Amino acid sequence: MHSPSLPVSASLEQRTAAIEAALDARGFKPADFIAEQAQMIEQQWLPENGARLVAKAWSDSAFRQRLLSNGRAAVAELGLAMPPHHRHLVALENTPAVHNVICCTLCSCTAFTIIGLPPDWYKELEYRARVVRESRTLLKEMGLELAPETEIRVWDTTADTRYIVLPERPPHTSGWSEPQLAALVSRDGMIGVARL
Amino acid sequence: MDGMHDLGGKQGFGRVLYSNRAQVFHAPWEQRVNAMYGLAVKLGLFNMDEYRHAIERMEPRHYLAASYYERTLTSLATLCVEKTLLSHDELEQRAQGRFPLALPSAAGRSNLAARQTFSPGQRVQVRTDLVPGHVRMPAYVRGKQGVVVGESPAYPFPDAHAHGVQAVDEPTYDVRFDALHLWPDSADAAFVHVGLFQSYLQAAPA
Repeated sequence: MHSPSLPVSASLEQRTAAIEAALDARGFKPADFIAEQAQMIEQQWLPENGARLVAKAWSDSAFRQRLLSNGRAAVAELGLAMPPHHRHLVALENTPAVHNVICCTLCSCTAFTIIGLPPDWYKELEYRARVVRESRTLLKEMGLELAPETEIRVWDTTADTRYIVLPERPPHTSGWSEPQLAALVSRDGMIGVARL
Repeated sequence: MDGMHDLGGKQGFGRVLYSNRAQVFHAPWEQRVNAMYGLAVKLGLFNMDEYRHAIERMEPRHYLAASYYERTLTSLATLCVEKTLLSHDELEQRAQGRFPLALPSAAGRSNLAARQTFSPGQRVQVRTDLVPGHVRMPAYVRGKQGVVVGESPAYPFPDAHAHGVQAVDEPTYDVRFDALHLWPDSADAAFVHVGLFQSYLQAAPA
């Protein structure tokens, strides 16, 4: 029931503490899980995972083919994990003629174990509303100006399929090692709002 | 539901506040909330579709004004109250103030009985269903035609899964739409791909 004696909205910190205390009182040990997840975010769910995947795809054409045909299996080859409900990973290959960009207009879905938790702007109303309808304009505002002849493909993450953009390998990198290549690959490149 | 969350193609929004060094969290409570909803899903207190739907059910002005993690917090609290794990009164007493929750849910639905399978390259049309409960068909593709470019493994059917309705898992199809067909003369040229459940699709009329 609503409490009429409490006219003032609790702050977000107070509301968070309230639910944490209530869950703790029922024996769910939220503090332990919060600490565990903080560690996963800092040490495991990193864009460096996706960067390794991209660097390997650039260096090994057989692996690239496997990544394009079955993303989850390719990710597992590198010892990387995805949550069980992400049953499918689709890699979207950029070429000189085609540029891919991912979004989630309904919420904020991403392959977070591979490219990291989504940045703030990805979850904001502006990106979600505009990227499907004003892709070229929006990308330009965000610093990515595409040639007029480049085909743009936007991918709206409406189900539990996850997407990762496979950026184009920069031309000056022939002979580079996989770790050197991986260092070039950014989270935003794998979302598709930046080119490398 | 044709909710406030269904933002794809809505006009009037300004620039994205973009930085290539953008953060995921801006305050410690945000990560705590994010972890607690993850814990609740892991414990089976609710599923991801229930979680998403409770965000969609936030009163529209609350939804638009809330930050991303306030929406997470509101969904978590709403579902804990609806499932009688906690009471709203307890939350407000503990928080020492009002703790707004989402509005009640409408009915869910099960799979479409006459759903069809499709193959890559096939032209399909999104059904024109108006669904009062949870649905993962963005309104901008309702009734529109596109081409199948991919198929996923079977997933829980969100329209049922968010409501405790029995249903079988179904695959989704990645369907390619032409932005200039979705919004005639009012979009940047592009292909927009949407993952759509079998029950949302029919073969395009010849």
